[in-house]
Formats: sequence, C-alpha cells, structure tokens
Amino acid sequence: MYAVRLWSVRRARGLNSFYRGFEAFLLRFHRLFAAIGYDRLERPVAFVEKNVKGLLFDCRMCGQCVLSSTGMSCPMNCPKTLRNGPCGGVRANGHCEVKPEMKCVWVEAFRGSQRIDGGVEAMSQVQFAVDQRQQGRSSWLRVVREKSGAP
Amino acid sequence: MRFDDEPVPGYPLPILPGHTSPGRLERVLRAGAFAVTTELAPPDSADPEEVYKRARVFDGYADAINATDGSGANCHMSSLAVCALLTRVGYAPVMQISCRDKNRIAIQGDILGGAAMGVCNMLCLTGDGVQAGDHPQAKPVFDLDCVSLLEIARGLRDEHRFQSGRKITYAPRVFLGAAENPSALPHEWRARRLAKKVAAGAQFIQTQYCYDIPLLRSFMQQVEALGLFGKVFILIGVGPLRSAKTAEWMRANVPGMHVPDALIARLAGAKDQAREGREICVELIQEVREIPGISGVHVMAYRQEESVAEIIDRSGVLRGRVPWHPGRADAKTS
Repeated sequence: MYAVRLWSVRRARGLNSFYRGFEAFLLRFHRLFAAIGYDRLERPVAFVEKNVKGLLFDCRMCGQCVLSSTGMSCPMNCPKTLRNGPCGGVRANGHCEVKPEMKCVWVEAFRGSQRIDGGVEAMSQVQFAVDQRQQGRSSWLRVVREKSGAP
Repeated sequence: MRFDDEPVPGYPLPILPGHTSPGRLERVLRAGAFAVTTELAPPDSADPEEVYKRARVFDGYADAINATDGSGANCHMSSLAVCALLTRVGYAPVMQISCRDKNRIAIQGDILGGAAMGVCNMLCLTGDGVQAGDHPQAKPVFDLDCVSLLEIARGLRDEHRFQSGRKITYAPRVFLGAAENPSALPHEWRARRLAKKVAAGAQFIQTQYCYDIPLLRSFMQQVEALGLFGKVFILIGVGPLRSAKTAEWMRANVPGMHVPDALIARLAGAKDQAREGREICVELIQEVREIPGISGVHVMAYRQEESVAEIIDRSGVLRGRVPWHPGRADAKTS
C-alpha cells in the first residue's frame, strides 16, 4: 500500500535494524531448512514474504531484495524498475516522470538511505542486472542459503 | 582537427596507447581540447540521404554526433542504423542505447554490431518512459538500467564476455558514455549517481540541458569533492530555446527539463525571441567553459539544428579548431 510504503521509508532506520536481526535469526535455521529441503520451503516462505513485504514495501518479489541499499524503498516500484538510482526525469516536485501522482521511488530511497548508518554508501554501490528467473522466489531463503554456504 | 594518422573516411583511426576506442571523440577529449558534440534527430524515413542531410549541417562544428534512440519514446529510424550510415563517410557518431525498448540479448547484439560498423562511442541511457511518446500503448522493457548496461558494455569490451559469461572473439573497441541530469532531484544525489556510472564504466558524460548555472556549479563542486576530476570527461548539455512559450512547454512536457523562471522572463521580454534564445545559449556555453572540470558542450537544438554552427561560432569555444568532416579540403579522399 502506497501510504504504508512511505511510512516504511520514514522508519527506514528501525526497519533496517529489524531486518538485520531477522536475517541473523533466520540464519540459525539453516540446518532445519536444509533438512526439510529449501525447494519444499520455497512456496510457503515466498507466500509469507510476499504478503509481509507486500504490505510494508509494495514488494514485487524480484527475488533479489536490495531494500537495505535503497533506504527501504523498493526499487521495483519504479516504473522503469531502476536498481541504481533515479532517472533524469524526476519532476520538480520530486514525483515520478511516468506516474505523476507517485513520489519518485528513488527520491524516497535517498531519504531513507540518509536515515540508515552507511545507507548512502550502500546506495552508491553498483547493482548488477537482475536475474529475471528469480522473480516470485523468496529472497529470505536465498540469503540464508547463500550466507550459510549451501549450494 | 586533422590527425597525422588520418585514415580513409569510413576506416578507424589507430587506437593510441591509453585509449579504448579508435574514435575521434576520445582523441579530441584526451588531447585536452574543449569538445563539441551535438544531436541528430533520426528521420521518420527509410531514406539514407535524410540522415546525411541532417548530419551535414554540423560540418566543421561538431566532434561527434549523437544519434538518438527513440528519444522521448517516439519512433524514428534506429540509432544503430543512423550510426552505421554516418560511419560509412567518416563521421564520429555517438550511438545512444536506451533500456526502454530492448532486453540484454538485443542490446549486447547491437553493441557488437555497432562496433563492427565502426561506431566508436556509445551512450548508455535508461530512456524516457513510453508514456512520453507517440506509442504509449507499447510495452516498456527496462530489462537493464543505465548502470547495469554500462557494466555489461564494459564487460564486453574489457573482459570479452557477454553478461552470461560466454566469450566473444573480438571485443567492441568503444568509448563508453552516460547521461546525467544535474538539475533533477535529489540534487545532493546527482554527483554520487555520476560516480556510480563512472564506477560502472562511464568514460564520458553528456548531461541534460543545464540552464541553471549556479546549480551546475554546485553539482561540479560535488563531482570534484568525490574525486572524479580526471576520471571522466563531462560535456554539458545546452541548447537554444525558440521562445518563452516553447520553454514553458518543454519544462512541462520534456522529462527532466528545468528552466529557471528568470530565463523564461528574459525570453518573453525579447523582440526576437528565437534570436534571444540563441544568444542565451552562446552565453551559457561561455559560462560553462569557465567552470572547472568541464571538457565540452553537448548542443541539442531539436528542430533548430541549423543554428548550431552559428551558436558554436559565436561562442568561440573551438578557438579556431575545425572538427573533421567529410569533404574537408585536407581530409583524405582516396
């Protein structure tokens, strides 16, 4: 929801710390996840993730979440799905070139980033092209899998 | 400008040490000259002569000519084709690549194809949204964004690989560019965004129209503070405004266009508004030249292309230098 999405950016600092804690929490369950099978968990976890992040960030389930590098403003809500910052078309009132009624996702991202320690530096990192195959898959599971060194 | 190792028109110059392309634009910039680039609006036609006619008006005044890629999301002849036509006679085109209409498979194919046709400069852009153009019913692609595109183009050139990792046998020798808009929000982010593009592979930058000199100065100070001077050639976008009415229309309808009220008032108060627009453009170029860290200007004169020569002439930025063009007296013809 648009209003909730804007609220999330205002709470970027708190949400980002929560997210880091949540990641550490999930990482503890790697063995359990592996025992159940990541593939078997994919659908139920993606369902929960989609609903939680959908409510908070209007998440589009790109499967390669970068929220902590974008001030908790989901870049996939940008009509051009830009992953590396705002385009040159931002309106003088900070709204989107394509959807004039919407605040630019990246103007919001910059605001959110300034609220997070190291957020602006994180936003300055080059994000590589998205892997479109990950669309609809859980970022949470992917992170746990990768950070635990699982294949 | 004529180089000692000038080839037959249509053939590449030798690549000098430290250069990445066999192109004139990179040579002019690395030689430290104040460069002038301009923009050719591709025709709504399949006639090559239309392209040459549009290029000829810049003869002797431009170091490189940008061929836009469906600018404003309007359909025209493709940038790749315009560039291929231009290289046949020796012009130095800048092929614009927008992420709006093609996915990474098509774009990488175009980069190889363009380089094979002698295109030495490629400008990586995000592209305007389809809502801005004449086909708002089209599907916007945006598989990549300008930064990931730069990174992929650099991978093709320097690592000889497609994004997939598959090897290519002969790399595209290209000089990579990107755009920036110092006037767009968030102002404090714009220089950092430029840094990001440099990190991803941008060697030159052509900006959107800059009509607000104080804003541009503060942008350039931020660019300097980020340590980017000497790492990228920055060309500032300028252009003549035809009238106060056009300026207001452009401000309202052209994405990312910012024109200060004072400028519009000055135009509105002039007897001959088009002439005043050109005068403002000359003054802007002269002011831009004095700002540290700037390597040239990119003159965009949509539907007033014939005024570019006069504007550049009066600005004096070429300091007597005559950029190469086909048919020049001292250009090799055989």
